[in-house]
Amino acid sequence: MTSGRPQRERVVLAHRRGARIVRTRAEVQEQTQVGDAFVRGLVRAQLGLALRLAAVVVSSVAVVPLLIGLFPEVAAVKVFGIRLNWLLLAALVYPVMYGVGRLYVRLAEQSERDFVRVVDGEP
Amino acid sequence: MTGAPLTAAALLAAAAATIAIGFYGIRLSRNTSDFLVASRSIGPQWNAAAVSGEYLSAASFLGVAGLIAKYGADALWYPVGFTAGYLGLLLFVAAPLRRSGAYTVPDFAEFRLASARLRKVAMLVVVVICVFYLVPQYQGAGLALKTLLGLPVWVGPVAVGTIVIVNVVGGGMRSITFVQAFQYWLKLTAIAVPALALLTVFLRDGTDLAGPLPPTVHQQTTVTVETDVVVQVAEPAGITVVGSVDGHRVDGAPFRAPGRYSLQKGTTLTLAAGSATPVVAGAPSAGDDWIASGGGLGGDHPSYQVLSIIVATFLGTMGLPHVLVRFYTNPDGRAARRTALAVIVLLSLFYLFPTLLGVFARQFVPQLLITGTADAAVLLLPSAAIGGIGGAGLAALVAAGAIAAFLATSSGLLVSIAGALSTDVLRGRVRDFRVAALVGGMVPIPLALLASSLELSRSVGLAFAVAASTLCPLLVLGIWWRGLTSVGAACGLAVGGVSSGVATTLAITGGVDERLLGGWPAVVVGYPAAVTVPLAFLTMVVVSRFTASTRPPDVARIFAQMHVPERLGMGVERVPRGG
Repeated sequence: MTSGRPQRERVVLAHRRGARIVRTRAEVQEQTQVGDAFVRGLVRAQLGLALRLAAVVVSSVAVVPLLIGLFPEVAAVKVFGIRLNWLLLAALVYPVMYGVGRLYVRLAEQSERDFVRVVDGEP
Repeated sequence: MTGAPLTAAALLAAAAATIAIGFYGIRLSRNTSDFLVASRSIGPQWNAAAVSGEYLSAASFLGVAGLIAKYGADALWYPVGFTAGYLGLLLFVAAPLRRSGAYTVPDFAEFRLASARLRKVAMLVVVVICVFYLVPQYQGAGLALKTLLGLPVWVGPVAVGTIVIVNVVGGGMRSITFVQAFQYWLKLTAIAVPALALLTVFLRDGTDLAGPLPPTVHQQTTVTVETDVVVQVAEPAGITVVGSVDGHRVDGAPFRAPGRYSLQKGTTLTLAAGSATPVVAGAPSAGDDWIASGGGLGGDHPSYQVLSIIVATFLGTMGLPHVLVRFYTNPDGRAARRTALAVIVLLSLFYLFPTLLGVFARQFVPQLLITGTADAAVLLLPSAAIGGIGGAGLAALVAAGAIAAFLATSSGLLVSIAGALSTDVLRGRVRDFRVAALVGGMVPIPLALLASSLELSRSVGLAFAVAASTLCPLLVLGIWWRGLTSVGAACGLAVGGVSSGVATTLAITGGVDERLLGGWPAVVVGYPAAVTVPLAFLTMVVVSRFTASTRPPDVARIFAQMHVPERLGMGVERVPRGG
């Protein structure tokens, strides 16, 4: 760091299972080129996942004003006595957002598990 | 005002509970890490409740219902965006930010780009966003105490400011975590119970809100205009005016014909039962216009307004310092993700109710549309629609929820201001944190009294626009793009911060003439995000490309630390110098 005094840092130890130190894990920790390639792969996978899911949400949300702009009569459709434009924006978008979020958490953790498995050399 | 003693008691009880729970937390707060990040020990469930409790501000508790009552379908984008922001945060920021081990946003900037100068710029941006966000909270408090108890406008900001300063000075983050979690549940109760009670009334004797006319009052209503206003009169029958209309003195006469009239301060309108309410100019008057999408929120270019609200709210949450700081209190990146997901659930549940109340406000208190002070709708609804002791009880509950909203958000903002100032300007000791909290809490009080008040949700929306144009690109590019340089980040922060900050300042001090250049300057100043956010991203990318030689040399290590799961033991927790 460029500020005068060195930063105090607290080091967190790994939750190591057994004392076996695997070569690949050491490569990630020591920033060898092989290790960096693994990290790049992980970052790319996570970013791709996030962008794809964001695109899903944005396009499903953008459909609402587009649809209403092109076909104003759609907004006048009533479901259970509530107009469609209100029903979509006041209620139905929320479960969609939760669903996408949940899917993201599952897939992101999955790819982290895969990463750890590869790095730790476990089958 | 029959329910005033009950309301006052509820306000005091909510404030007292806040202080008491805060004191419980103070006993647990010892070192700077407790003060700044609660020693990173808060699990997802407590944390999600605390994040939501902190996040649901005056804008959500009062503002959303008011905007929906006034502008209708397009105002629904505010609660959608306020929730979607957490999805953005979850997808792009939560886990890597937590794994960076930083303890404030400026600390993240220094961690990522190794520049003490950038850290200072980021600190400045944090303080600006928090102050822009604090001002509407204090204004909301002033409005609430004035509406509920008839107190002068300055009492609210001073009272809320004092309570918040005491709490934050006392216990920092450890202490406010409990307070904020409690306040989420208080706010949810305080808005859900009245909304459900009103739902039964609405289903029994509500009328269709669509139609060619504005809503009608159910009993004779007298409204006094407190600041000059232009109203749209759709149906003059049943309305008598005393005061000044279009500069002429009127004494007990009706409006001559449908049309626009400007009413001077002090004018009184008396609406006979069943007469159609005049509506403040710019808001949709006919029920059909209100219920349809695409009308915008007053002013020209409604589609641009909606687009800009979406950009600001979807991306702004990622850059709100007081929300981000809560994510640093998670034990690890996995817990940070789970917190964000749980927040989406808690917010989705909450926002159902302000939406309902906004619709009911148009039915039961349409007279608010005359003066345009629809932010008071939630506070006035229970006694107007239900009346009697039941109505007074519900009004007291709503008041308690409102005060919780101001207190929770303000404490969170103040912790962020104090955290940034104490570690980056002062020496980072507990005493510095307290001094910074005292100063940071007092500065917005005069600003809240001076600034002209936009609707609460719109002022907060502007703070979101500033956050989306500054810290959001810094975090997103910092986390995902190795090419970011400190010069690029600083230029982006400056361009985004100055452009959105100037627009926000203009908007809250009175805006730009709507007739200029087809209304574009006015709408861009009122809703800057759709212009300033792309500008900030672009500046960061272009300048970083030109200064590629100054990339930090150990960017590979930094990326590994942010993205590799904690199990591999790459984690390093940063601690402030003085701690």
